[in-house]
Amino acid sequence: MAYEFDFQSVLAYAPMFLQGAWTTLILTFWATLAGFVLGTLCAVARTGGPRWLRLLVGGYVEVIRNTPLLIQAYFLIFGLASIGARMPIMLGVVIAMVVNIGSYTTEVMRAGIESIKRGQIEAAECLGLSRAQIFLHVVLRPAMERVYPSLVSLYVLLMLGSSVLSAVGVEELFGVSNRVQSVTYRNFEVFIVLGVIYLAMTLVLRGVFWALGQLIFPRRRRLGTAL
Amino acid sequence: MQPQFLLSLLDGVLGTIVLSVLTFICGGLAGFVVALARISPLRSVSFAAIAYIQVFQGIPLLVQMGLAYFGPILLGFESVPPLAAAALAMSVFASAYLGQIWYGCLISVAKPQWEAAECLGLTRWQRMTRVVLPQAMRIATPPTVGFLVIIVKNTSVSSLVVGYQELTYNAKVINNATFEPFLYFGLAGIFYFLICYPLSVQSRALERKFNVGTR
Repeated sequence: MAYEFDFQSVLAYAPMFLQGAWTTLILTFWATLAGFVLGTLCAVARTGGPRWLRLLVGGYVEVIRNTPLLIQAYFLIFGLASIGARMPIMLGVVIAMVVNIGSYTTEVMRAGIESIKRGQIEAAECLGLSRAQIFLHVVLRPAMERVYPSLVSLYVLLMLGSSVLSAVGVEELFGVSNRVQSVTYRNFEVFIVLGVIYLAMTLVLRGVFWALGQLIFPRRRRLGTAL
Repeated sequence: MQPQFLLSLLDGVLGTIVLSVLTFICGGLAGFVVALARISPLRSVSFAAIAYIQVFQGIPLLVQMGLAYFGPILLGFESVPPLAAAALAMSVFASAYLGQIWYGCLISVAKPQWEAAECLGLTRWQRMTRVVLPQAMRIATPPTVGFLVIIVKNTSVSSLVVGYQELTYNAKVINNATFEPFLYFGLAGIFYFLICYPLSVQSRALERKFNVGTR
């Protein structure tokens, strides 16, 4: 028996798919923004902070990097709900994503900061730059530029990984598709449509990050070479 | 806490390990083929490998799970056992990443080594098995062990679409009955940590060991 594909009935739900894709992008945007800030702070703490802080951040990074996102989300969201903390599901999901991506960002940014040569910092000191200036212009920005490709991969993976958060009930792209499946019974077609949308989102996200990189790293824009 | 819940979690650990091992074996074999195709001198073959890697790295594992679960039914299978569907999807997923990682390791073997092997009149097969692979494998070991962690973590989603029973699924079922999320998801997290942390440590140690020359 030949299977007859029926994309018509699935594509009738295009507005729902778009709504879900939009939610996925919103989640990814906030998680990326907050996760980058958290990860950078942790990386700074881990490279230059006092011993107790370094141990604390190290523990956070190891625990999060060695457990799955889904378990973290269940732990946080169901856990907080069980002790009576009420919050919108979107907020809970973003918190789980930030906690998760923050640890990966910490490791990547730490590698970047550690790659800055001691001589660079000494040269900046000799030029009379203040500590804040040195940190921002000599350490942080070149470090970020160096690890930028790894950061982009992390955040694209985060966008793809957010699909598992449909399991805690957030209506992002994958969650929406569950509803379409239960209405149309066209599971395989739904998954093909999902795959195409996610692939397109991956490409768009990579393009956006590339443009952002051109914008915030003028050196790369002018010379076109890696640091 | 009742003992049967702990047993159920341990049963989940077993499910997680079985799926991880299957994924590593099948995904590793497929990934090796992908890596070899990626360095093929034939443009069409290497292009196919690039496309394969880009597509399967660009869609979430959950979607691949769905395709692996519902796809075979269209081909005439009655139904697909959850383990088979989960292992198929995870293997495809792993092969895309391992193919990319191993491709990087293959081309990082110094170019003169390839050329010298050619000059000595070795066949392509000899050059690959005697010269390039032994060196590439040394380079590939740390990232491969590191990727094992990602495989173990990603098995956690295999209950969502295909219904394979592993650690996360069992923890969820227990939580649905007991409403003690901190305890049971915490325990599940500890079990994952106990599997993954030694691998992470091992991966870093290997990396240090092999980088002696450039330290």
